[in-house]
Amino acid sequence: MSGTTSAALRRCIGFRRRILEVSQQVAALHGAPAFSALEMVDAIYHALMRRDDDGTLKDAFIMSKGHGVIAQYVVLESLGILGRQDLEDYCTAGGRLGAHPDYGNPGIEASTGSLGHGLGLACGMAYADRLQGLDRVTYCMMGDGEMQEGSIWEAIMMAPNLGLSNLVAFVDFNNFQGMGRTRDTHPHFYPVAEKAECFGWEAVDLDGHDWAAVVAAVKGRQGGKPFLVVARTVKGKGVSFMENQAIWHYRSPNAAEYAQALDELALAEGRIPA
Amino acid sequence: MRNTFAETFHDAGQNDERLVLVVADISPAGSIAKFREAFPQRFINTGVAEQIMIGLAGGMALRGLRPFAYTIATFSLFRPYEFIRDDLCYQNLPVTVVGIGGGVTYSTLGSTHHAQEDIGLACGLPNMAVIAPCDPAETRAATLWCASQTGGPVYLRLAKAGEPNLTEGAEPWEFGKVRSLRRGSDICLITYGAVLKLVLELAAALEAQGRSVSVVTVPTVKPLDSDGIVRALHGHAQVAVIEEAAPNGALGMQVKALAWDSKASCRLDSFALDDAFHHVYGSHAELLERHGLAVPAILARLGS
Repeated sequence: MSGTTSAALRRCIGFRRRILEVSQQVAALHGAPAFSALEMVDAIYHALMRRDDDGTLKDAFIMSKGHGVIAQYVVLESLGILGRQDLEDYCTAGGRLGAHPDYGNPGIEASTGSLGHGLGLACGMAYADRLQGLDRVTYCMMGDGEMQEGSIWEAIMMAPNLGLSNLVAFVDFNNFQGMGRTRDTHPHFYPVAEKAECFGWEAVDLDGHDWAAVVAAVKGRQGGKPFLVVARTVKGKGVSFMENQAIWHYRSPNAAEYAQALDELALAEGRIPA
Repeated sequence: MRNTFAETFHDAGQNDERLVLVVADISPAGSIAKFREAFPQRFINTGVAEQIMIGLAGGMALRGLRPFAYTIATFSLFRPYEFIRDDLCYQNLPVTVVGIGGGVTYSTLGSTHHAQEDIGLACGLPNMAVIAPCDPAETRAATLWCASQTGGPVYLRLAKAGEPNLTEGAEPWEFGKVRSLRRGSDICLITYGAVLKLVLELAAALEAQGRSVSVVTVPTVKPLDSDGIVRALHGHAQVAVIEEAAPNGALGMQVKALAWDSKASCRLDSFALDDAFHHVYGSHAELLERHGLAVPAILARLGS
């Protein structure tokens, strides 16, 4: 494991810790669906998005699975785009951050929360960049339950027509949705990557918690087409009792659970090579 | 109105690279074909897919463009309604959603193609402006305004093709303002949209009865020119609102609310499409008549 990868995994442990910390202020915060996407969100911000000379991000990110936005908030906090106080005031009337992304907040480029919207918006943004001669890549994170929205497939159909080689989309395939396993809801829907390829995308299937593989796949794409990463992930990844348990889609851990989660994260951190 | 929209968009688009037309397998002919030829990158057809039509428009507006999304009103407003609400209205983006065939314009196509409820639904959306021109001249003024504004989303409700110009010589079109087409003293008819033709026939019939008639158009249904409406309510003993839209949330209800709030003492009637699906096919006038919008029926209710 490279030093870069070790540093990324340590950041992700820190993000999980921070999300759990914030969870103690509120009854619910969609922690598990954030945990499944964390390595990818970190990879997007820390390894894939380019920066201008003054350090501002040149590329764009849309959290289409808006309920996972706490993953984006903690990364934006680590970059100084959101402040510590913003997270302290999460979901309070005095603050500005809610459980879904709200356009206009620092680092938030589109309002999502209703599933099936982010990819279409990302397509429009990427096309406008192309039209205006701007060198910008738009990244978009979707959920696997979200792939059931018809609007996602309208966007998947449209993106190659528009030649959106500046669009990179992810599916956080944690195999969960509100009422159970996505594979049980629509058993004939899979695989997804091949379907995107049939629609004219370049696509790859990989382990979404393998930070280095995510970075390598996106950087190594052939290009010329929109790119889809179908990322196999574990909902609640990193805390044993949260993994693959539907209840953690939404609720916050109690004090005892919180302590156990922190212990597990400390152990995991100790196992990361220097 | 459709052809005037196309000509106007073509004219405006030649001078403004931010204007993009996104259609969903329905496009005005004529000038838009020229626009498509001249600026192929600024004309996008999503095919029979209305959600991505709105999503694309929203994303482009987030990047500084001023897209117009265009198809038949039922498909431009009803089908992707939640996309209009979240992508355009919630983010307050300058996108014009053009609905062709508002009301029961497509009189032979059945209720799948009748945008009866469009005015109430569009007015119910926060941040949404609602403009419903009554003739080609208002269509041109409204389209130019939509092309140049950066405030937020607009629902531009048009009829179809072939409407006569009825507002020539009237005071200039202004966003958010009513227009007086005719000043009388007994009764004021308030309207918008292509049904103005019928309203002018009604005005002629009332004048034949010896009554002095005012006609006011309300090209901007939202934000409503409350002052202009209140002036009409307080300047006449009788007022009637006539609109080609289902009643819930449309202009008639809003004018009645203003009458109550401003303690108007006039007699006030409202005439709208029925809150119903009528399984009737025929001319536009026949459809309107079935909904109760015909000169004799309205005259009978207005009294003399």
